[in-house]
Amino acid sequence: MKQSLQFDDAGRLRHLLTIEGLSRQTILEILDTAESFLSVGEREIKKIPLLRGKTVVNLFFESSTRTRTTFEIAAKRLSADVINLNVSASSTSKGETLLDTIRNLEAMHTDLFVVRHAESGAAHMIARHLPAHVHIINAGDGRHAHPTQGLLDVFTIRRYKGAFEKLKVAIVGDVLHSRVARSQIHALNALGVTELRVIAPKTLLPTAVEKLGVRPYTRMEEGLDGVDVVMMLRLQRERMQGALIPSEQEYFNLYGLTPAKLALTAKDAIVMHPGPMNRGLEIDSAVADGPQSVILPQVTYGIAVRMAVMALIMGGSAEPAGGRR
Amino acid sequence: MSLVIKGGHLIDPAHGVDGKKDLFVDDAGFVVGVGKAPAGFKARKTIEARGRIVCPGLVDLRARLREPGLEHKATIESEVHAAVAAGITTLCCPPDTYPVIDTPAMAQMIQSRAWRFELAFIHPLGALTQGLEGKRLTDMEALDEAGCVGFTNALAPITDTLVLRRAMEYAATLELTVFLHAEDPWLRNSGCVHEGESGTRLGLPGIPEAAETVAVARDLALIEQTGCRAHFCGLSSARAVAMVAEAQKQGLPVSADVTAHHLHLTEHDIGDFNTQCHVRPPLRGTHDRKGLRKALKTGVISAICSDHQPHEPDAKLAPFAQAEPGISGLETLLPLTLKLVNEKLLTLPEAIALLTHKPAEIIGVDTGHLGIGATADICIFDPDARWTLTEDKLVSRGHNTPFLGQEFRGRVTHTLIGGKLVFGLDTVD
Repeated sequence: MKQSLQFDDAGRLRHLLTIEGLSRQTILEILDTAESFLSVGEREIKKIPLLRGKTVVNLFFESSTRTRTTFEIAAKRLSADVINLNVSASSTSKGETLLDTIRNLEAMHTDLFVVRHAESGAAHMIARHLPAHVHIINAGDGRHAHPTQGLLDVFTIRRYKGAFEKLKVAIVGDVLHSRVARSQIHALNALGVTELRVIAPKTLLPTAVEKLGVRPYTRMEEGLDGVDVVMMLRLQRERMQGALIPSEQEYFNLYGLTPAKLALTAKDAIVMHPGPMNRGLEIDSAVADGPQSVILPQVTYGIAVRMAVMALIMGGSAEPAGGRR
Repeated sequence: MSLVIKGGHLIDPAHGVDGKKDLFVDDAGFVVGVGKAPAGFKARKTIEARGRIVCPGLVDLRARLREPGLEHKATIESEVHAAVAAGITTLCCPPDTYPVIDTPAMAQMIQSRAWRFELAFIHPLGALTQGLEGKRLTDMEALDEAGCVGFTNALAPITDTLVLRRAMEYAATLELTVFLHAEDPWLRNSGCVHEGESGTRLGLPGIPEAAETVAVARDLALIEQTGCRAHFCGLSSARAVAMVAEAQKQGLPVSADVTAHHLHLTEHDIGDFNTQCHVRPPLRGTHDRKGLRKALKTGVISAICSDHQPHEPDAKLAPFAQAEPGISGLETLLPLTLKLVNEKLLTLPEAIALLTHKPAEIIGVDTGHLGIGATADICIFDPDARWTLTEDKLVSRGHNTPFLGQEFRGRVTHTLIGGKLVFGLDTVD
């Protein structure tokens, strides 16, 4: 269960593969660095020369608009050269091809790969087989992890809610299939929230989920009671086929976030969603566009957080990024 | 060549032998004396076994040799060399080769190829249905004649319960043993790990315990109805083992084996996506490992097997779910079993019984013991030798094992088949 793959011998963050195993200090350093990058996007000239001459390859084996775009903007604001590659899943259904693809690109002297792949563990496998000077950021692997999303979510929470220690947080929806949820859970637990809940029907809750350090709820009304932060998850429409839920209507009735259900939370609770949203399925438009929603700021902050991660792992920081767990 | 194995500690559980005894083998390769030489016996060769354990050659109920069809992974030649280096003198190969072992010609071909090397004995398991498709029965009588020691649908369990019922009835007619992999394909779905803590943490699709227990329950109901003799292969969960124990108590003709790795590893050994721990059935929880170990002690499980599945390196160089399942297990079968002795779970004779005459009984082959007149298939090992498993020590073509780098106690020094020395550690190292 060693997490050392992410760290070099000096304890500096070398890759970002998962939030699991990151210390509170490491996470806070990333958030503080992101804070300092926030203003870059508001300037006339939105660029700093931190990663000039570095080559970043966005390697997406699974389609994405938002994540890929924010990574691209983040790298460009740091003055790196960015290549976007969308590799169709069919041409890389075999692992050797995946490794071959990566090795070919590595031979072109890439400094950082931002990888998204449909299989859990893909980023770990790539990191294990590349030379140490090449960095990996996991931009989502299967159901396992989406660490920059988890980080931008806690960044957003800190901006709106301040200290984590007094917060009650609920994550609602398809936890079973969600890499976002797993990363959020690791981040929020490392930061020491008072209480972390997950809310979903049993068909969408993983076995032994409480071992991740959360309290499971199957009734939304109970789970939302008094929480300060509601983090909604996207529900893939194909889940209806696997007999996991009966219909969109029933799901919305039971687990859709409506103004009435939101009223059960603490009165100044914030509502988050990693996007893209299914309005009328997991969230009511009145909530998504309402005053408690911080969904669009999440996107803005995503750029600063990704800049911070890139800067830190590519040697932008001279200090070791916190200790190991 | 007539032979005496001198000064060793002979353990032959089938005959209750456990003591310092010389073993005498005649020119034809049969045991002719235990403890004392028959009158007029003259040994032309002596194997010095002082400080060593002398026991029957090991019997492995499940080892894939990859030939025919997957020779890029391994061949009969490469794997029988690995077998004898591990003290294994008899092994069964499942029918899921390409083509499938569903005709007498295929069964005979595998045996004749194996016999070219005069190393381990290979007994094929015949396919229970043609092409393993789960639809039409194979010619079981002809396959039995051709040397198949049991019938199985391997890792493609029959889903149609009517076909399974008839296969069992037909096997029962001919008094043949059916080998079952208990796995409900719908509950397994696309799972690749135990549905539990590690799968949840790693976001890997899980195979619930119920995938095994539902299948065991179904199979037991049909065994009861058909009276078929059945053997459960590689049980992985404590609950499934308890169900088999209950069935045995009621007198059903069922036996079961477990793989050596399921006795040592759990889902937690997967760590961060170690594809060497991707096996089928999956490594389960600590509680399950405990249940499997207990079943060895109580006799519910009567054999430990390697479930040898050699792979080329690329097969494991993939994200976890896409990596091919299986461990190259021949050469860790005895070391992992001896570890259970060191851990005080089993006595040495109990451990050896689980690797010799008990599995031999399941396949109904007269081997795994060293009584007078038995074929001299013998394993000699140094119980105190400490060694570390490294890739260069592996004889198997498959280097896919999670036990690389692990220190073991107990190492095979000689293997004999029919009284002929086919492996000697001194000559290899």
